[in-house]
Amino acid sequence: MHEIGYYPGCTLQGTARDYRQSIHDVCDLLEIKLRELPDWNCCGATAAHSLDERIAVRLAGRNLVIAEREGLDIVVPCALCFNRLKVAQKRLLNDTDRRYGMPLEGTIQVFDLLDYLSRPNIRQEVRDRLVRPLQGLRAVCYYGCMVNRPPKMTDAPTWENPTNMDELLADLGAEVLDWPFKTDCCGASHAVTHPDLVFELVRKLYDRAVAQGAHCIVASCQMCQANLDLYQERIGRLAGTSYELPIFYFTELMGIALGCRRPDRWLRRHMVDPLPLLRSVGLA
Amino acid sequence: MEQTAAAPLEVYFDLAEKVRDATGITVTACYQCRKCTNGCPLTFAMDYYPDQIVRLLLLGREEEVLHSATIWVCSSCETCTTRCPNDIDIAGLMDHLKSEAHRRGIVRPKGNPTYAFHKVFLDDIARRGRVFESGLLNRYLLKSGEWKAKLETGTLWGDLRLGWALFSRRRLPLFPHGVMNKQEIRSLIEEEPGAAETEGDENT
Ligand code: SF4
Ligand code: SF4
Repeated sequence: MHEIGYYPGCTLQGTARDYRQSIHDVCDLLEIKLRELPDWNCCGATAAHSLDERIAVRLAGRNLVIAEREGLDIVVPCALCFNRLKVAQKRLLNDTDRRYGMPLEGTIQVFDLLDYLSRPNIRQEVRDRLVRPLQGLRAVCYYGCMVNRPPKMTDAPTWENPTNMDELLADLGAEVLDWPFKTDCCGASHAVTHPDLVFELVRKLYDRAVAQGAHCIVASCQMCQANLDLYQERIGRLAGTSYELPIFYFTELMGIALGCRRPDRWLRRHMVDPLPLLRSVGLA
Repeated sequence: MEQTAAAPLEVYFDLAEKVRDATGITVTACYQCRKCTNGCPLTFAMDYYPDQIVRLLLLGREEEVLHSATIWVCSSCETCTTRCPNDIDIAGLMDHLKSEAHRRGIVRPKGNPTYAFHKVFLDDIARRGRVFESGLLNRYLLKSGEWKAKLETGTLWGDLRLGWALFSRRRLPLFPHGVMNKQEIRSLIEEEPGAAETEGDENT
């Protein structure tokens, strides 16, 4: 039984409920105990770093102070939260002129959930416990921006062409296709304020994924998942086509391959229904 | 600030230094390779390209930069910062310029939906330490005045349909969650002087 601190972030309590449930189910199965950080607060997201850098660091930093007090390394499923926590950690640990007034010891580590679940020991565990290989499922991995960039902040070993999700999904038996848009931007929070920009960026992703022969796109960030899933019908209509590309969280595919009970509990919350695809390859 | 074609363009070190003092970012290191712009996913919607923003800062043309659409179009994807061979944090510059436009009252929530969204988002955090997505979207529509625009273009119905679809999938939270120590959160946010609430546009 491993135990690790857990920073869910705000969207996992709301629109990304499917992501949260699949994470909990997969971690239960892998006997990873997620200990939610007590009284965690919002990382500040794009709003805080756009309007006031100092507030952004202090908001994210408060969570790091709590984690240190609890003596917990933390995993973070949301790519943006992860990025904000890493930036805050670097800034607070190098705060020589005490700009932020929030001392940190540097005793804990912050992991992106995908990075954590694709470490060699867990991948071995996943291979050992595989009950339902994802045979026949052709997927492209979409990493997005925030878990990797900028590497000086995220400590990502490969940022232009990351491969950890590709390798994890290959372990699960999926046919993982290479494609050039692994880390391209989906437009993030512009979805609310400038959907036109998001539609343009996301359409390019769909077109490439389809051209590559993918059945689905796999994400590790709930903002990416939302932007690719929620507006797919509208984007298709605007482009005069229909994409029908289910957008999975990598944890959902882990859950299916590891034999989690009733994966439809997460999958039915998607806008693009993944069940027809899963049925067609004998996985549902 | 008007520059005619004949006027010599010279580096204006005062502004470059001011930016460096505030952010630690050295714009004078730029040699205009345009790698930042070539990798930027959103140039199609920008009035100035990222390398031009850097260049304008070097030339002291702060007003143009602070009024540009580019700083709000930037999605903070960090591609430019990651790739700049001279270690210039261009995304950090965009953030700095947004904060300055905010601090100096150059932007207004009405007419700049991105800014309106950031503001209601931060207000939400100040209120309970966590963001409550359902309430946030409503306040954003009011504050930005976007509900009117959406009504006129007919896109409000699409949004309502999407909202309903999310609701029926139980993805719209009904009740906000908050942190226990709200006072601590307020002190984190309010200690900063900033001009956050100096604008006189509030009617929401
Ligand atoms: S990548 Fe860096 S050096 Fe090149 S133009 Fe952009 S800011 Fe200047
Ligand atoms: S951070 Fe902004 S300016 Fe830089 S590449 Fe991304 S969108 Fe363009």
